[in-house]
Amino acid sequence: MDLDYGPEYDIFRQEVRAFIKEHRHLAPPPGDRAARPSAEAIEWQNLLIAHGYTARTIPCEYGGYGAEPDILESRIVAEEFSRARMPGGLANQGISMLVPTLLELGSEEQKRRWIEPTLKGDVVWCQGYSEPGAGSDLANLKTSARVENGEFVINGQKIWTSTARQADMIFCLVRTEPDAPKHGGISYLIFSMDTPGIEVRPLKTMTGHAEFNETFFTDVRVPVDQIVGQRGQGWLVANATLGHERGMLGDPDALENRMQALIALMQDERTGEGRAIDNPVLRDRLVALQAEVAAMKYNGMRVLSDSLKGEPGGMAKLIVKLQSCELAHQISALAIDAMGEMGILYHHSPRERDGGAWQWNYMFQLGLIIGGGTAQIQKNIIAERGLDMPREPKPARIAAAGQQTTAPAHQAQGAN
Amino acid sequence: MDFGLSQDQQMLRDAVAHCLRDTCPLDHVRWCAEQENPASDRVLEALNVLGVGGMLVPEEHGGLGMTLLDATVVAEQLGFAVAPVPFLASQVLAPIALREAGSKEQKARWLPKIARGEVRVGVAISETVETRDGSGVSSAAGKLTGTALFCLDFKGADAYIVADAKGRLHLVDAEASGLTTISLTTIDRTRSVGELRFDGAEAEPLADDGGVATSRLRDAGRVILAADSLGAGETMIQKAVAYAGQREQFGRLIGSFQAVKHMCAEMAARHEPCRSLVWFAAHTFDAMPNEASLVACQAKSHTAEVHRFVARTSTEVHGGMGFTDLLGLHYFFKRIGFDRQVLGGPETVRAEAAVLQGWTKAA
Repeated sequence: MDLDYGPEYDIFRQEVRAFIKEHRHLAPPPGDRAARPSAEAIEWQNLLIAHGYTARTIPCEYGGYGAEPDILESRIVAEEFSRARMPGGLANQGISMLVPTLLELGSEEQKRRWIEPTLKGDVVWCQGYSEPGAGSDLANLKTSARVENGEFVINGQKIWTSTARQADMIFCLVRTEPDAPKHGGISYLIFSMDTPGIEVRPLKTMTGHAEFNETFFTDVRVPVDQIVGQRGQGWLVANATLGHERGMLGDPDALENRMQALIALMQDERTGEGRAIDNPVLRDRLVALQAEVAAMKYNGMRVLSDSLKGEPGGMAKLIVKLQSCELAHQISALAIDAMGEMGILYHHSPRERDGGAWQWNYMFQLGLIIGGGTAQIQKNIIAERGLDMPREPKPARIAAAGQQTTAPAHQAQGAN
Repeated sequence: MDFGLSQDQQMLRDAVAHCLRDTCPLDHVRWCAEQENPASDRVLEALNVLGVGGMLVPEEHGGLGMTLLDATVVAEQLGFAVAPVPFLASQVLAPIALREAGSKEQKARWLPKIARGEVRVGVAISETVETRDGSGVSSAAGKLTGTALFCLDFKGADAYIVADAKGRLHLVDAEASGLTTISLTTIDRTRSVGELRFDGAEAEPLADDGGVATSRLRDAGRVILAADSLGAGETMIQKAVAYAGQREQFGRLIGSFQAVKHMCAEMAARHEPCRSLVWFAAHTFDAMPNEASLVACQAKSHTAEVHRFVARTSTEVHGGMGFTDLLGLHYFFKRIGFDRQVLGGPETVRAEAAVLQGWTKAA
């Protein structure tokens, strides 16, 4: 057990701290996370890229900083920005998901054309994966793209397309080979959101905001070369990106920051007799959550160490999305309970706390438990890949069994 | 940077696991659990060949001078095998007490014998966590009076280390006049606890350090109990997964039903981060003593909660068989139950963690 990053990393950490001290007046306000970055946010992004504090390992020819991959350096940057409560680099779907995918599977021309403007905040992307009939069973997607005169002609509907209204471009899964098996008939296309035939409708959620959209395609024409990978390989390409999304949803610093905010809230929030934290039941819940956050923090350090040694993360890594999202939700739940009746204030009400952020988080985090691979899908993955448990029988086998015997088999089919 | 076990620690883990597979199968545990004193000489001797007995005894006193993190590696394996051996008090807490608060003479007298496996030492510090039934020990003029409950590694002890009401530690010979010992029977028949009644019993104080050593014992004890529970929980998860992978109902393996599969996934998802927390707590004890009490509280309370869930869920996955004596699953269930209550249940320990952070005053 050695928690020191080592002397060479101490120097790097000092550099990051010095940078933050010198430039913090240039940082956009922490809440500035609009889908379309402000001029100030773009300037900040460019400054961070120039110093290698974001896009650190992306090659220079594609607009990155070009450093050798070094997990600890990236970790130190994240730690120091989080500690200073400074916004790090932009973290939209284009940067977090499309850029890694292009780096891995894009053509040279696609890399040169799209990565740099995406990193610099000039091109904003949205993701066209889920459909009303293809959620957990994503490969069941039906949006079609037939080829006509050197163009894909796209028809269908996507859902959960966050930032679709602000986006310039979309990376989108469509069915190009209707006769191929489910997973083998999908292609990964990239095209402009200004293409005729695209209609975006805001999707209002339980939070009262429209964080997502529904996107409709009617005879949308896209040149056939705007594909990443080959026709029919879209499922493989998409899986590369979904891995990146799961990484994005399990950020250990985010949990610790929420925990610190909860502790501060419970010390500030007063009832007649004292502070919320003086209530022994609430305090007990706080300490219990704090221990759980600590466990996830050290679990994250263990995963980090394993990847430094080139070892697979194993179970410690498989559980991160499930546990982190649940824990984030529990933190918000306790905050609301600690506020008592004040906890229900929302929609810019007088006396509302923290701009209604706790209620918004409480609801939105439930969305995160469902999105990016539902909790139930995560449990399937943990059980089947982590514990090597038997898979669900294929529906065909269940149907066959159902013909031979009567009812029992269908009892087993849960949601997935 | 390396968060995890060193190569030496991994070798230690594997050696202890191998040793316990050979010497401590469940049948042997069953046999020990029926005896007057469950301590298995056979398992103890095999572990002592590996140096476990003296692992926390400093090298100058004939031990290996290892760390609490090393001891948690062993404790997890002992929990994994529900091994009936006096480890917690005799081989962890007693050496720590002596090495941190013993006089030169006390160290020289006891530590080499502990390292050689020639003496067993019980430890009674429960009253420094909470008192029940009017328990508590006072000391005056080298004599102890009162009652200490839940003395750990009680049976067969040659001496006891006892905390008085002021938190000072004392060494008491098992044969001291004025000492009456009463065995307590618990759910967990793989370990022995007892009650020490003092009526002016002769005792030899350890250093008057304002309770520092006692607090160190609490921290270490909680981390080791958490590690034990981690091991017992690991077995319960493995057994549940194995059972679900062979038991068929409705024409299919029950492990292919999501209702069952998800129970196993939830156990694993909650259990795995506990391991990192326990390692970190042990490392904090070894390297950052000022922070050790808080992290020990976190590790103790959190693993207790998670493993109560694991213990009941694994039993449920086994269906009716889990409830029987046949599979022996209950030894692990009860071991986890013991680990949860001893040296402070989760609520007690969390209250302490709140005090340590200045969120409230001590009750």
